[in-house]
Amino acid sequence: MADNIIVFDKVNKWFGNHFHVLRDIDLQVRQGERIVICGPSGSGKSTLIRCINRLEEHQEGRIVVDGVELSDDSKAVEQVRRQVGMVFQQFNLFPHLTVLENLTLAPMWVGKTPRKEAEERAMQQLSRVRIAEQASKYPLQLSGGQQQRVAIARALCLTPKIMLFDEPTSALDPEMIKEVLDVMIELAGQGITMLCVTHEMGFAKAVADRVIFMDQGQIVEENTPNEFFTNPKSERTQDFLSKILGH
Amino acid sequence: MNRLFEPIAPRPAPVRTEGLLPWLRTNLFGDPLSIIVTLGFGALAIYWLPPLFSWLISQAIFQADADLCQKARGVGACWGVVTEKYRLIVFGRYPYEQHWRPELATSLLVALLVASCVQAFWKKWLIGVWVVVVGAFFVLMRGGPFGLEVVTSDLWGGLPLTIMLAAFSIVLAFPLSILIALGRRSDLPAIRSLCIVYVELIRGVPLISVLFMASFLFPLFMPVGKSPDVLVRVLAGITLFAAAYLAETVRGGLQAIPKGQIEAAQSLGMTYWQTQRKIVLPQALAIVVPGVMNNFIAIFKDTSLVTIVSLYELTGALGLALNSDANWRPFKIEAYLFITLIYFVFCFAMSRYSLWIEKRVSVSKTR
Repeated sequence: MADNIIVFDKVNKWFGNHFHVLRDIDLQVRQGERIVICGPSGSGKSTLIRCINRLEEHQEGRIVVDGVELSDDSKAVEQVRRQVGMVFQQFNLFPHLTVLENLTLAPMWVGKTPRKEAEERAMQQLSRVRIAEQASKYPLQLSGGQQQRVAIARALCLTPKIMLFDEPTSALDPEMIKEVLDVMIELAGQGITMLCVTHEMGFAKAVADRVIFMDQGQIVEENTPNEFFTNPKSERTQDFLSKILGH
Repeated sequence: MNRLFEPIAPRPAPVRTEGLLPWLRTNLFGDPLSIIVTLGFGALAIYWLPPLFSWLISQAIFQADADLCQKARGVGACWGVVTEKYRLIVFGRYPYEQHWRPELATSLLVALLVASCVQAFWKKWLIGVWVVVVGAFFVLMRGGPFGLEVVTSDLWGGLPLTIMLAAFSIVLAFPLSILIALGRRSDLPAIRSLCIVYVELIRGVPLISVLFMASFLFPLFMPVGKSPDVLVRVLAGITLFAAAYLAETVRGGLQAIPKGQIEAAQSLGMTYWQTQRKIVLPQALAIVVPGVMNNFIAIFKDTSLVTIVSLYELTGALGLALNSDANWRPFKIEAYLFITLIYFVFCFAMSRYSLWIEKRVSVSKTR
């Protein structure tokens, strides 16, 4: 099991006293694996990946990320967060900083990288997401698709081992979804471990090693994309797929 | 039908080239109600302005001659009272021959305050300049070194005292208020409760009672002779008072920052203090500039309350200058207009600065 970079062991989480949002989650992710998580809203898929960098705390079970168990110990949490990049549905860029400053902030303050080096690496990441010419603009001057690509570049600046995507294209206009997916597909080809909550089934088919389907806080089914789409085992999965692929 | 898409080249918006007359017609005489309002205010202006001008300026007495002033009563203002008493009003009980010291000290302080308002100077060395200027301020005011005659703080007064109390309490209260506002949103129950109790307690009492406590009650709990100078106690009182109000203004800004901003910072591995300093506070404080400046202006004017604990700042010094002089006492109104003008100049400057900085911080965010 040494090559598992993320391990969930009987993880349970509640919101408040009654909403049991994650139920007995067991999950192993291998180094370099690309996983797509889908499921109806409220099924706990976002909460699941937000537990990996402890934006959400779990109450029962163990989560081990890159050999470090997540707990109340803030040192452990900081160590994990430096290995995990995250991209949000609403981009969450810092509007008071330029694109370049958005990218250099964490390397300079968290990674203690000198400004010049941080800026050079930031420009490399911006070219990687094909947006280098916008470096001196402010986030709100960019389109949604451009903002999300900046957000991806920002997450990559700390050279994480794991990238988490929480519905990265759900807030985008249809014309902009492709430019973000293209960047993600490119990234997937470079060996980084990826967990992506999305309903872009084309993306799942193209890059995922494994598709996980969640409902009511549980992992209902997990399989290779091919098997998952052509031969879903549970009735719940079949029902879900018929709804999202039906038109 | 298959129509080709033909892009239309962008054109500049039409320029409004109206002159004064069309502007007057649309804005002042646009409809019957505007006509009535315009004529009404016009009539009031014709009725009021000439007598006001004559009282303020043309019939006013500018020499320090109490007899002339007495004759002009009811007809012209007696600015002679200002000519005669301005040094007492502006400097209070500070020894007359030494007035250059508060003048120099206050000019230094005001110059530094103005410089500190300019973004280009927001560098680390500014803190060093502050330490030097504040040190120089107290040496000049108090005396002692360099053969300067010692002037104890109970003799300090007038505008220098007003500016000093306002400047120092603002500079101390603002950072304190940020800590309190953060504390009220803390995850640690002890810190959160402490900050809530502090804010509610201070906001529940008038500034006058805080000043009374600082001045009269506090020394009772201290060993005899160990209590700090009354000026320091009053300064602490105003600072603590102002911080409670400022903290609530700042908290309003903190609440306006979306949770996603904090999550993004956390996901990048930033610590709590890094997140607050680099992400939350720059955005939150930009939002609350008008409210914060409101508090600053209020603090500036609230300093006039320290008269009740026998510190004669500008308003107090005015009373001191006139009450004991039967010749000039009748012309208090003119003297009050004079200090009103002083207060207005400072408050108006703060208000304009607020507008300017508001524009500066918002310009960076959108197109």
